[in-house]
Amino acid sequence: MQIALAILLGFLFGFTLQKSGAANPVKIIDMLRFRDLHLVKAILFGIGFAMIGLFVLLHFGVLNVASHLSVKSAYTGVVVGGVLLGAGWGMAGFCPGTGLVGLGAGRRDAWVFLLGGLLGAFLYTLIYGWIKGSFLFASIGGKSTLAVTGNDAFPALFPQISGLILGCGIGVGFILVSLFLPLLKKRRVQTGVEERVTQERTGYTPVG
Amino acid sequence: MKSILLQKQWSWLLSGLMLGISFLLAVVLVKPIGVSTQYAILDGIIWDQVQPGLVTENVENKSGYGSSNAYLNEGGGKYAEAIAKPLNYGLVFILAMIAGGFIARVMQRRGQPELYAPSMVSAELNSMRLKRLQRVFVGGFLALLGARLAGGCTSGHMMSGMMQTSLSGFLFAAAAFAVAIPMALHLYGREE
Repeated sequence: MQIALAILLGFLFGFTLQKSGAANPVKIIDMLRFRDLHLVKAILFGIGFAMIGLFVLLHFGVLNVASHLSVKSAYTGVVVGGVLLGAGWGMAGFCPGTGLVGLGAGRRDAWVFLLGGLLGAFLYTLIYGWIKGSFLFASIGGKSTLAVTGNDAFPALFPQISGLILGCGIGVGFILVSLFLPLLKKRRVQTGVEERVTQERTGYTPVG
Repeated sequence: MKSILLQKQWSWLLSGLMLGISFLLAVVLVKPIGVSTQYAILDGIIWDQVQPGLVTENVENKSGYGSSNAYLNEGGGKYAEAIAKPLNYGLVFILAMIAGGFIARVMQRRGQPELYAPSMVSAELNSMRLKRLQRVFVGGFLALLGARLAGGCTSGHMMSGMMQTSLSGFLFAAAAFAVAIPMALHLYGREE
């Protein structure tokens, strides 16, 4: 049963990443260079949508969702690791998941990403024994969430506010930002397929 | 429906909606989506082939498996168990992701026009020249080293983490974007 769900959910996720353009390094780099915000809008909307859905389900206690939650711990290594991942992401245009999807979609450079990734993960496996007592694992908040989830393993930073209201409120905030961010379609399309381009940005009016 | 499945690229709204559904469905049915652990598991599977006995049964651990490697022995031996039994949820999930990317690409309508004229940067990113391969290799190395140190990647920390409003997810996302943006601007410039 678990394996069948792994196939179903993994397939859906891989298919979605490919169709959303997230597995295309050009889209990622253009997002990070503020040239094409398609993916930022999609990611913010996706997080907001999932957050609202999750906190509504948690509130009504359906399907035992609270027991499925898995909140990761906050320690200094999360920030240092985020910095390293950000550097690799901005360099390659792939992150660990989209690299695999790109590989499935036939991008040959994704194989090189996979090789680099396997070596990076292997180095970590080797050095973990030395660094595990270091400052990198100092807690900066533990397994806490902002909103109350109803799972006692994960303490909320704002326990006085209803989880439904705070969770959905943050989710709505994400969706509003996604709706108001511009798409920033740049270069004029030669085929004329997408014309949502520059006129109103440049304010250029042809004479005559 | 058919045209949605054949489209080369979904609109941002459909992309976001489908991403949200994927992440929500995963939590409701099983657990939050995560990917980067599987790189370490794949390493372990290869390592265990080269050096048999890396992963052994160990009754002291919760999973019943253990390893001489400190990292693979972590978490009650759950990584060691995944290496000993590769046909597990996490590994099948990423194999299905690869298949999803493949099918999405195969089903793409042929002859769909490119939306933009290719730029210098997209030509560079799509090339297999040495500079691209160096960057994608070093990028992969740094991304997975960082993801393992942080205990998750863009999927596990940023998407799954933030949807649960977890503090670690917000910290991770802030750190990753704070470096990825200047890195991309530095390497690829602001223009074309």
